[in-house]
Amino acid sequence: MNARDVILASVRRNLPVPSVPLPDAPSAARQKVLACLGYSGDLHGLPKVQHSPKLEGAAVSNFKKQLEGMGGRSFDVADAAGAQSKVTELFPAAKVVCSAVPEVPGNRRLESGSDPHLLNDVDVGVIRSTLGVAEAGAVWLTQNELVVNALGVLSQHLVVLLDPEAIVETMHDAYDRINLTASPYGVFMAGPSATGDIEGVIIHGAQGARSLTVLLMGRGRGKVKP
Amino acid sequence: MSLPAMIKLKNRPVDPEALAARFIALEKHETTHDRLVWRMRTNRDEAIAGVPDWQELRELASQIKEHTLTHLDDYLEQFEENATKLGTIVHWARDAEEHNATVHEILGSHGVKLLIKSKSMLQEECGMTPYLEKRGIEVTESDLGERIQQLSDEPPSHIVVPAIHKLRSDVAGLFARDLGTDANNSDPHYLTEAMRENARPRFMKADAAMTGANFAVAETGGFVVCTNEGNADIGASVPPVHIASIGIEKLIPRARDLGVFIRMLSRSALGSPITQYTSHFHGPRKGGELHVILVDNTRSERLGSSDFWHGLKCIRCGACMNTCPVYRRSGGLSYGATYSGPIGVITDPGLNLSKYRELPFHSTLCGSCTEVCPVKIDISDQIYKWRRVVAEKGLMRVSKAVGMSALGKVLPHPELFHAGEAAAESALAHTPRFLLYNALNPWGKHREMPAPAPQTFRQWYIANRRAK
Repeated sequence: MNARDVILASVRRNLPVPSVPLPDAPSAARQKVLACLGYSGDLHGLPKVQHSPKLEGAAVSNFKKQLEGMGGRSFDVADAAGAQSKVTELFPAAKVVCSAVPEVPGNRRLESGSDPHLLNDVDVGVIRSTLGVAEAGAVWLTQNELVVNALGVLSQHLVVLLDPEAIVETMHDAYDRINLTASPYGVFMAGPSATGDIEGVIIHGAQGARSLTVLLMGRGRGKVKP
Repeated sequence: MSLPAMIKLKNRPVDPEALAARFIALEKHETTHDRLVWRMRTNRDEAIAGVPDWQELRELASQIKEHTLTHLDDYLEQFEENATKLGTIVHWARDAEEHNATVHEILGSHGVKLLIKSKSMLQEECGMTPYLEKRGIEVTESDLGERIQQLSDEPPSHIVVPAIHKLRSDVAGLFARDLGTDANNSDPHYLTEAMRENARPRFMKADAAMTGANFAVAETGGFVVCTNEGNADIGASVPPVHIASIGIEKLIPRARDLGVFIRMLSRSALGSPITQYTSHFHGPRKGGELHVILVDNTRSERLGSSDFWHGLKCIRCGACMNTCPVYRRSGGLSYGATYSGPIGVITDPGLNLSKYRELPFHSTLCGSCTEVCPVKIDISDQIYKWRRVVAEKGLMRVSKAVGMSALGKVLPHPELFHAGEAAAESALAHTPRFLLYNALNPWGKHREMPAPAPQTFRQWYIANRRAK
């Protein structure tokens, strides 16, 4: 018997009894609550108007607070020009700006499938995130947005564009909205790289990005989200 | 040394008392360690206060883990099938040796000379690094704390912060010796930057990277790695080959179950709402190769133990260590094992009972570990049960066994106990100091014995209350 069969046989022989049923994940429980309140069907399918604007504002302000707690920072910018000028203002000395978004052109081209080693000299990487999580101050990034995954960790500094409407409250909401198999790599990034390994002193820029800046920029109402 | 002699030495029982004494003797280390580790515990308390449904989450997390473990065969097969569909190459390893040999074979097939790895307790458990180094592969730990431990030739002393038992001055000395930094500069910012500058070229040069995994999702065939430094992500995104070692107990059924565990993991560990990087790997990245090794190494056997299988629910947050009064004072290295703290006490004897027979006694059974565990493992009960196993197998230390056996004879007979009690009080009052404060009486170390009472409680009770 090969290792696989030996292990599986041993697991089967040793399975604890009685077996324990799988509980509902919290999002499913929440849908039940919503159903009691008169909502029906898929939570994702709810039309935008049913979201309370007040709640959404709370998610954004909580996101900003939590992101700060994780060592990141955020700014509201109005449009592409605002994003570009914020990057120039924050990183005046940056030599290499590598951007994966059309709003900020940068000066280093990024090609899908190119050698990640070539990104080791990037001073500022610019990426768009499709999802923010308020309770964690985290942004979701995948290979689709990063183009080359290493951009997210080799860049000395990171700038992330995020639509404030794409911020959800909890990690449960976040996992409800993402499809993990759609990309070989996906990361919830909450602030810059950090360590507390020497006497618990928190230091940013341990191995990955030294700083993480989120630019909150609406995509304009009326436009269809991709 | 002959092989049997080496095996004997390797299995020699660890003496946590002696190892702890060594740490306690370093007074500044002990007090700093206690303060830093306790701060993680209080940070955890603050963090969970912000999650109103924390107790429900604990219950849910526990049930999801118990469900998975009672259906583990199905979920392992499901994971394998889905991972393979995504282009991940799945390997299985029965034990440490098979795991290490599999890694070596994969590395060999790519001509790997330099391996960069992020923290993996499983790879520690398997003794992988020395195995690969013996075979000519250079292995670099990329997590700061792990690298400090690697340079010190010590195992991690904590599963989340591996070098927490060291002072900044220790790290300054180590880095001056090995990385060429200024020995007089012990600023953690300076030292962390030195490590960054040293590690980056190694990431660039490495032929392959290794990680562990915090969770493996059966439904999707992917796995999740949580770090604060982002070192696992650099490893996974720069060198062409990524190998992940995953213990079979790391399975969870669904992607949405991650919401439960990710919300709890870092809050329990450090008190932050999430680790800086929560990274999901589903198949190889564009132009890369991804291997997963599913490792048993006694786990399936433990599944069959009704007393101890719940220990497999562990998500390695370290909350039990941070709250443990024995761990905080004696340091992680006093356990002489891969896993330290309360979770180590109930894990290590399962890996090697003879070697770790003393660990279940390295505890006060105060139960705090059980209270803070995010997946509701009955840690303190298991510590007590391991004591019983040690006693039943005749592995208890003679001094303890004699005392226990005497107690066993005296306690069922009240008249014997009362006579002994009174005699002891009287004896204590008239015993010369050298008989009380000597090497044979550990209770006489670091403390004065309390002054004996003029009478026992029973004598007092009979004289004062019984008549009324």
